[in-house]
Amino acid sequence: MTSTTHASPAGTPSGPGLPAHSQAEISDEIAALAAEDGAEAPRPGPRLDYAPYRSSLLRHPTKAPHQVDPEGIELWAPCFGQRDVHALEADLTIQHGGEPVGERMVVTGRVLDGDGRPVRRQLVEVWQANAGGRYVHQRDQHPAALDPHFTGTGRCLTDDDGWYRFTTIKPGPYPWKNHRNAWRPAHIHFSLFGTEFTQRTITQMYFPGDQLVDLDPIIQSVTDPAARERLVADYDHDVTTHEWATGYRWDIVLTGSHRTPTEEEGA
Amino acid sequence: MSGVRTEGDLAPTPGQTVGPFYGYALPYDGDSALVPAGRADAIRLHGVVTDGAGAPVPDALLEIWQADADGSVPARPGSLRRDGWTFTGWGRCATLDDGSFSFSTVLPGRRRGASGEDQAPYVAVTVFARGLLDRLLTRAYLPSDAAEAGSLLSSDPLLASLPPERARTLVATPDATGFRFDVRLQGEDETVFLTHA
Ligand SMILES: [Fe+2]
Repeated sequence: MTSTTHASPAGTPSGPGLPAHSQAEISDEIAALAAEDGAEAPRPGPRLDYAPYRSSLLRHPTKAPHQVDPEGIELWAPCFGQRDVHALEADLTIQHGGEPVGERMVVTGRVLDGDGRPVRRQLVEVWQANAGGRYVHQRDQHPAALDPHFTGTGRCLTDDDGWYRFTTIKPGPYPWKNHRNAWRPAHIHFSLFGTEFTQRTITQMYFPGDQLVDLDPIIQSVTDPAARERLVADYDHDVTTHEWATGYRWDIVLTGSHRTPTEEEGA
Repeated sequence: MSGVRTEGDLAPTPGQTVGPFYGYALPYDGDSALVPAGRADAIRLHGVVTDGAGAPVPDALLEIWQADADGSVPARPGSLRRDGWTFTGWGRCATLDDGSFSFSTVLPGRRRGASGEDQAPYVAVTVFARGLLDRLLTRAYLPSDAAEAGSLLSSDPLLASLPPERARTLVATPDATGFRFDVRLQGEDETVFLTHA
């Protein structure tokens, strides 16, 4: 493999013969869709039909989702416990018997349901690139160094107040093939389960002040600026620890719940 | 407005694509085996995920969540460290290069219809993929045969509320070892995806 012919990390349709669009063209598309959505009621989530993210072209449903009242199994979520997750899995810096390269950081926050209740004793999974912007994944061909002391995956269970906490390394931004000179802002992938099947979500946490956020079609697929802000962590000096790690705080709110008090009692 | 919530800001955190690089993080040994495939009552739930051009999607991730064989909702941990005996009701499967996925599980217990009649069960399904900006939720109904598949379309409240050709995308096809359930992300015969009030 040479540095000029590395495969597309994202497998996007920008192969030979297809024009690679410039950032300016992508940014124009982002602005046009933001203006289109800005004229309507804000969307709480991302647009699925979002052409600036080229991989979405053939992968977004074209029909509106069908409204249904959840019932039976859909009113419940899978249960995870201590046997599933070892306490040390929440520290991504101790997996390989040596200190990973990069800025040690703690990220912590609460997982709440749409009524503000903490999501207790539930699984949180994270994965991320290393400090150089490289994933330990076969398809990641970005010619940045792998770190023998960092895998970039972690799990924990929330506590009784819905708090999660991970110790990790601040991930680096990385290039991808969506368009020419495309770079993902630094981010951590989060996977969450609520108390109901309908609350299952996977998302990405971003960092404050990252100028790549405005250029990135994945976060910009959330066209409401206020909703986008909810994907960005805060630097929190109270989480930062003396001579050890910087700290970030990020809370996650899942969609509303549907179970009635009677069903709750039957649990 | 920020990622740190103050009292009263309970708008949901937007979803984001699972991206291309979940493969070393989310799959795990035994993820798709809710019960061991060799068990006498094991069924296979399998299919292919395709995109709007009909091409297989090799970087999708499916999860299923279902009732136990007796119809009860499992509330048992152990999905991530399976012991081969405890039915947790939940599993995960990344698609292969040909877009295929395969779970081994048990047939969930039959459901009670509106007038007390017993009805074919379903498995709740979550779909993630690179290129898919948020997760999709759906149901895979598991009828025992073609006749029951047909009657489901008129008797199940969700299926009856859809045109038959749309409803059929949610009904798995019985086969020799279990059921076939394909997921079409886009197109004429696109799978019905659900949203919950
Ligand atoms: Fe990523």
